[in-house]
Parts: sequence; structure tokens; C-alpha cells
Amino acid sequence: MTTDKKELAVAALRNGTVIDHIPSDALFKCVKVLNLEEMDCTLTIGNNLASKSAGTKGIIKVADVFFPEDVLNRIALIAPSAVINIINDYEVVEKRHVEIPAEIRGIVKCDNPKCITNNEPMVTVFETDPDKPGNIRCHYCNHSIDRNKATIL
Amino acid sequence: MNANSLVSVADLDKEQILSLLEAARFFEENPNHKVLDGKVAATLFFEPSTRTRLSFETAVNRLGGRVIGFSDASTTSSSKGETLKDTIKMVSNYVDIIIMRHYLEGAARYATEVTDTPIVNAGDGANQHPSQTMLDLYSILKTQGTLENLTITMVGDLKYGRTVHSLLMAMKYFKPTFRFVACDELRMPREYIEFCRREGIPFEEHKDFTREVIDSSDILYMTRVQRERFSDIMEYEAVKDLYTLHNSMLETSRPNLRILHPLPRVNEINQDVDDNPKAYYFEQARNGLYARQAIICRALGINVEDLKKDIKK
Repeated sequence: MTTDKKELAVAALRNGTVIDHIPSDALFKCVKVLNLEEMDCTLTIGNNLASKSAGTKGIIKVADVFFPEDVLNRIALIAPSAVINIINDYEVVEKRHVEIPAEIRGIVKCDNPKCITNNEPMVTVFETDPDKPGNIRCHYCNHSIDRNKATIL
Repeated sequence: MNANSLVSVADLDKEQILSLLEAARFFEENPNHKVLDGKVAATLFFEPSTRTRLSFETAVNRLGGRVIGFSDASTTSSSKGETLKDTIKMVSNYVDIIIMRHYLEGAARYATEVTDTPIVNAGDGANQHPSQTMLDLYSILKTQGTLENLTITMVGDLKYGRTVHSLLMAMKYFKPTFRFVACDELRMPREYIEFCRREGIPFEEHKDFTREVIDSSDILYMTRVQRERFSDIMEYEAVKDLYTLHNSMLETSRPNLRILHPLPRVNEINQDVDDNPKAYYFEQARNGLYARQAIICRALGINVEDLKKDIKK
């Protein structure tokens, strides 16, 4: 019985991408950042699955889609623990952790209402904040925000 | 993007800061130097700031350039909804340099990205105001003869005061010791405390503005405590007079101590300090002219060392 349930939770994917070990509270943010809503391929999204390391976790499986690295690294911002598995003919051919990009373009909204990015039609840019670990800093107004609390555009 | 634009003093390294200060010294000795003959500067003040605008316009005029611009955005197309990008691109067609002040934070950085004309940031909201920092540094250099190993005490609104934040960051090259004197509501923000730790800059935080603190300082940098910064008006009433400097407090201070203030002053420096030779805030404002002449020349790629050679000939 237990085995059946486990198999159901990780139903095999022939080709595609599996994003595993997403913190449960970050799953739907990842869905948004990867723009999955607009995709018409086969998608499996699971949440609150049992996880040995984090208690619960979320998982995203996308059949026949291989995201560019910079797209995958966008989720590093909201789910730094996520692991990317590239599946080819039922085999995991590549497994790696996501990396926070040095420059985060067009993903995060600056929460300073007086920032130019909230008042001009333009792309937001953030960099990691050297003075506050875990924070990112607006390239324009220097406002620093907690990575985990960042508003995703 | 023009590499000579000046958005933040944090973009400058030690050598660039020292070379700007050297240029400011040159312009103090030779204020009327017509190196901008035939050049046009735009002063785009999307937010009024008479003091800063007059200082920049005087600087351009003393360098022999001409000025166009506006001092209030309500008379321009931005009030019709024109984007900053469009305004900057349009004005870039006409001028050699754009000096801009904007109420939005990050506006100057963005402006540098949409044009090749050099941009000088004359203040963007609560963010950066590099010409103020340069004139502060020049004032410190002039009064102390050095920027190295000084004890600088900052008093008043250390939370919102952008001048103290920029000065703190620019001083990192010169081995300072800082004292931060403020009430709990207006303490130096955590990121600047972290900055000092990371750069190995010694600092102390004080709630009381005492004789001991004043007597061991080389520079006393006063700032205005504004009522609107307080969520609780009772709190403001309780602290507003605690950070006021009176002449009697300076009796045993160091002979080289100088009092700086970005102005305008309200009641944080009593009028009886004005006649004390240690009061330097009015001369400080005049130094702004020389610092801005230096910044404008740098933005236009004019080498002040060459100007010095011309003078000797």
C-alpha cells in the first residue's frame, strides 16, 4: 500500500524536467515564476508531500520541456533548496541545485513605492545585498528586501 | 550610458574621490575658468530644490557654460504623463550634460541607462545626493588638512538622513572612527552598522549628546530631526531638544573641531553657535560650488590637471 502511494506521488516521466524539494509555501510562487499556467504540455504539480529533510515539500513535473538555465535559476530566489532533475527516457540524466543569479531581472517587484521602477514602464533589476545576507537589493533605489518576502511580478 | 555620469558616491573609488577634491581645491583658487565655453547644461529639477539648483547653475556659469532647464516639473510634459525616459532622451538631443533632481528613488540611475549624455544626480528622493557628499568631504579635508584617521560624530536623524549615509560610505577609504548619536526611533539603520563592521570601521552608538562625545570629536555632523519622521508625536516632543547644540557645549572641545550641517537648520544648532569659529556650516555650503564645478568637469571629461598647466603658462 505504502509503495503504491509513493509511486503515485512520483509518477514516472518519460522526458522532461522535475523540480523537486520545493518548500511547500513556495510551490505556487514557483508555478508563477515558471509561467506554467500558460503551458499546454502535461504538467504534474504536487504539494505538501512527505519530505525526510523538510517535513513537507512541493514538486513540479513538466513533460517534454527543458527550461533554459536562467529560467530555472529564477526559482532559486524563492526556493533555494529546489533540485532540478532532467529526465531522458525515464532516466535522470542530470541532477543539480538551483543557483541565485547575480542579477535578477524582471522577476521581483520593488516594494519601495517611491522607486522609479514602480513609476516607469521598465524592467526591475535586483542584486544580492552584501550588507544583509538573505536579502536582495534594488539596482535603482538601493532598497533591500528579504528574498523570501519578495513580491514576484 | 556615459561612464562619467555621477549617480552615487559609492560608484567612486578612493582615487576618483581624491581627484575630485583636488579639482574642487583648484576651482576654489580659480573659480572663473571658462572651460565650458560653447557648452550647454540642462538642470532638470522634477522636484524643487532652490539651494542645490542655484549652486549647480552658478557652477556652470562660472565655468562659462550656459544653462537651460526647469525648476518645477508641473510646467513640463512629465505632468502630462511623459515618461522620464522620454524626457531624458529628448533633452539629450540639446545639451552636453544633464543635472537632474527627482522625487523618485533610482531615477538618476535609470536616466544614465537611457542616454549617452553624462548625468549628474542632484538628489533622487531619499536615495543619493553625491554632490552633497563631495562638498562634505571637501569641507572636512579643508578644515582638518586630511581625511585620514578622523573621529566623526553624527548627530540627530541618522535613520532617514541620506547625507550621513553617503558620507559614512565615502569615508570608508580614510580609516575614520564614527560616533552615532540618536534616539531609538532615529538610530543608524542596520545595513550601515553592518557596513561599518564589514569594512572594519570602529564606531560607537550613543543616545546622549554628551560633552565627552563632543570633546573627542574632530567633526560634528549635525542633522535636522524632523517632526514628520515620528509615528508618535509625544516621542518627538520628548527628544527634539536633546540633540540641540549650544555654544556652551563647545567650551572644552578640540581646537580643530568643526561643526558641519547640510542645511537648512531649524533648532538643532542654536544661533549662539554661529559666531563660534568652529561653526563651519555656512562655509560648507559655499564649498558646494567648488565641489560641483569639479563634478561637472569630470562628467564632461575635462581634466583639471591640464587646466593647472594652462594657468602656469
